[in-house]
Amino acid sequence: MPAQASTERQAPDQAKRRRVLTAKVGLDGHDRGVKVVSRALRDAGVEVIYAGLRQTPEMVVEAAIQEDVDAIGVSLHSGAHMTLIPRILELLKERNATDIVVFGGGIIPQDDADALKKIGVVEIFGPGTSLQSIIDFVNKGFKAA
Amino acid sequence: MSLAGGLLSGDVRALARAISLAEDRDPQATALVAELQPQTGRAFLVGLTGSPGTGKSTLADALVKVIRDRQQTVGVIAVDPSSPFTGGAVLGDRIRMSRHTLDKGVFIRSMGARGHLGGLAAATREAIHLLDAYGRDVILVETVGVGQSELEISTICDTVVLVLMPESGDAVQTIKAGILEIADVFVINKVDLGGAEKTRRLIQDAMALGPRQAWRPPILMASAAKEEGIGPLWDAILGHQAFLKESGGLAARRQQRLKQEVVALVAERARDEARRVLDGDTAVGRRLRENRNGKLNPYALAEEVLGQRGPQGGS
Repeated sequence: MPAQASTERQAPDQAKRRRVLTAKVGLDGHDRGVKVVSRALRDAGVEVIYAGLRQTPEMVVEAAIQEDVDAIGVSLHSGAHMTLIPRILELLKERNATDIVVFGGGIIPQDDADALKKIGVVEIFGPGTSLQSIIDFVNKGFKAA
Repeated sequence: MSLAGGLLSGDVRALARAISLAEDRDPQATALVAELQPQTGRAFLVGLTGSPGTGKSTLADALVKVIRDRQQTVGVIAVDPSSPFTGGAVLGDRIRMSRHTLDKGVFIRSMGARGHLGGLAAATREAIHLLDAYGRDVILVETVGVGQSELEISTICDTVVLVLMPESGDAVQTIKAGILEIADVFVINKVDLGGAEKTRRLIQDAMALGPRQAWRPPILMASAAKEEGIGPLWDAILGHQAFLKESGGLAARRQQRLKQEVVALVAERARDEARRVLDGDTAVGRRLRENRNGKLNPYALAEEVLGQRGPQGGS
């Protein structure tokens, strides 16, 4: 199809949209980061379903399935990431939904991030991550750069 | 198992997938909805509409609670706007209904409007049919925050609830045509803010000026966040449903709806077809692209496009 981008806005009703569920899991009220990321993903053309604060892994997985998302982005600043994120992966397995990619962000030490990646988390974005690198990650089909 | 089989056997994933196909305007979705057609027509369809920030999602959450307490299952379709520039969206209605996430009797789906006007998404109708076939007793459809003339909800639901809040306009606002005319039930939410009684009187006065009709839309007061007035609101909605059934209005509405749906389907195909002709390697498409002085006549071009029947294919 000829390039018409300059004269015609993208037809938002045409293309297959990527959908991402973002959530804060556990007892953790630090939602500024997840909101900024949600907004950035929106601007990158993603449909972001923001599930909000104090979600349990069970709620996150159920919502992800109902919303039929491509990926789940969890944000944690509470230190409970080694409990809650593996539980999300486990539940996705139980529900035969391992095609849903999981990525995370927040305050997660490098050793823990490495351990989480070993068990199936595709990427962990720590403090100082540029929004562009998160957008690139999404645009590359949720693959690490 | 096929998607239809999965959906009919209660598989949440199959339902969710099917809605995505409809959202992506995949031809499979059309076939699926057609296949499931015999299983539809049982659900009670309730629309929630109103301006942004009037509390539609919170009200939906509170209504879901009441409906569940009365042993019925619910499907919620919550539409939020998509960006006209990127197509992206932040769908934030679900956040108000978090407590129902793990209830198997509740299915919540967020939808981006994806360029569709009128307060809904193009796939909202399909999603309703799919939830209906899935066996939900009640389907709540929440529109995007609307203005005065996004009235499409009235063409897809049995009962339209218009959500208002105190201090949302004077007497001139209430005699205007449009959104106020499609309400079957009014609810003034956020009554705790004060000024609700004045708003109620304004609506009541405006209604009194209208022609006498068999159904007089009741005006309810509620505070969704405090879960006050929700039971009576649901009773009022059921009252309208009962009225529709007794008066024969339900059959009439559904027939009207069928017509609207056919029109919408034809219009969507025609729009796609027009884009394909204009973007494709056609005489009219080339003329449009090569034109530099803006002197083309849109009426003549439209006639030419309408004359090009059959797929011309994109280049």
